[in-house]
Amino acid sequence: MKVLLRNPRRELEIAGPVRVHALLDRLELHRESVLVIRDGTLVPGDALLDDADLVEIRPVISGGCA
Amino acid sequence: MKCRVCRGPAVIDLPRHNANFCGDHLVELCRRQVAKAISDFSMIASGEKVLVAVSGGKDSLALWDLLLDLGYDADGLYLGLGIGDYSPQSHAYALEFATRRGATLVVVDLPGDLGFDVPTAAAATGRVPCSACGLSKRHLFDQAARDGGYDVLATGHNLDDEAAVLLGNTLTWNTEYLGRQVPVLPERHGFARKVKPLVRLAERETAAYCVVRGIDYIVDECPMAAGNRHLQYKASLNAIEARSPGTKAAFYHGFLDRGVEYFRPGIASESDEGLNRCERCGSATTSEVCAFCVLVERSAAHAPVAVAPPRRRRR
Repeated sequence: MKVLLRNPRRELEIAGPVRVHALLDRLELHRESVLVIRDGTLVPGDALLDDADLVEIRPVISGGCA
Repeated sequence: MKCRVCRGPAVIDLPRHNANFCGDHLVELCRRQVAKAISDFSMIASGEKVLVAVSGGKDSLALWDLLLDLGYDADGLYLGLGIGDYSPQSHAYALEFATRRGATLVVVDLPGDLGFDVPTAAAATGRVPCSACGLSKRHLFDQAARDGGYDVLATGHNLDDEAAVLLGNTLTWNTEYLGRQVPVLPERHGFARKVKPLVRLAERETAAYCVVRGIDYIVDECPMAAGNRHLQYKASLNAIEARSPGTKAAFYHGFLDRGVEYFRPGIASESDEGLNRCERCGSATTSEVCAFCVLVERSAAHAPVAVAPPRRRRR
């Protein structure tokens, strides 16, 4: 599957099937810091991602302090 | 995973609530949390006119959407900061939202209206960019709210923002800032009340709200904020939250319930003693000329500076 990451923007090719929480563990990302979006739809931690999926891992941390 | 409310397919798991939610019930949760924050802290009274500071990011657009859906008379205020390609992109998201909702967006553009931008202001004043940006925002938000006759200025600070600021203020024992870290600052010196209705929502929840509601927002981080201390505090808190869900909420709301009162008495910045009117803009200041007017003057005299990530001083 294609996995899009941001900040910096990059794309990875990862073999499926894999569950969302396992994918985040593999990428060493905290669940609290991201959303996982499959083909435009939000998916929870136990969702199974397949090879044909287009997956975006979207960071949710914004840094403005003012 | 199933939605805790309707048992339909969940789209998000929220460990701090020990629950999963479908899209509709996530939206309902967000509305309920914002309504509770507004009610608990007496943020907005019936019939008051609200100005929402919108950046084009997830929090401010979610806030504007939530306030409109809760029935508030809320306009948006976008401040163009002159940060390379980032500012026009973020403006486009704010404009798109306003158009879609048929809402009013007030726009103030630093380069166009005031003749400077944040990168130049930071260099001209020796401030880090987030400081120059924050100073400009505070001044211009106040001014826009006053000029537009708004009762309340609402910002999109969420639970993660407040917990990170609280961590920073605690690590340095900045007692004045601790005493001021409340979700409502009353109106004073002719300025509108300032409120933070998202303090009961984590930023993962506001981001998910935007996705579910189909609100497009700027996802990329401000190029000038990269690596700032605030982000480091958030990363540290998220590492703790991953092991102990609910820690951030307990930290911040516990502080509001049981801690802030000890820092409230005698806050210098809320006292009128020693305050003058800025001789240029009329804002309240402890000097003859306020910090914002000094920033404008120095920026005007400085050569334009291109966007670059902030340089950190070594200690």
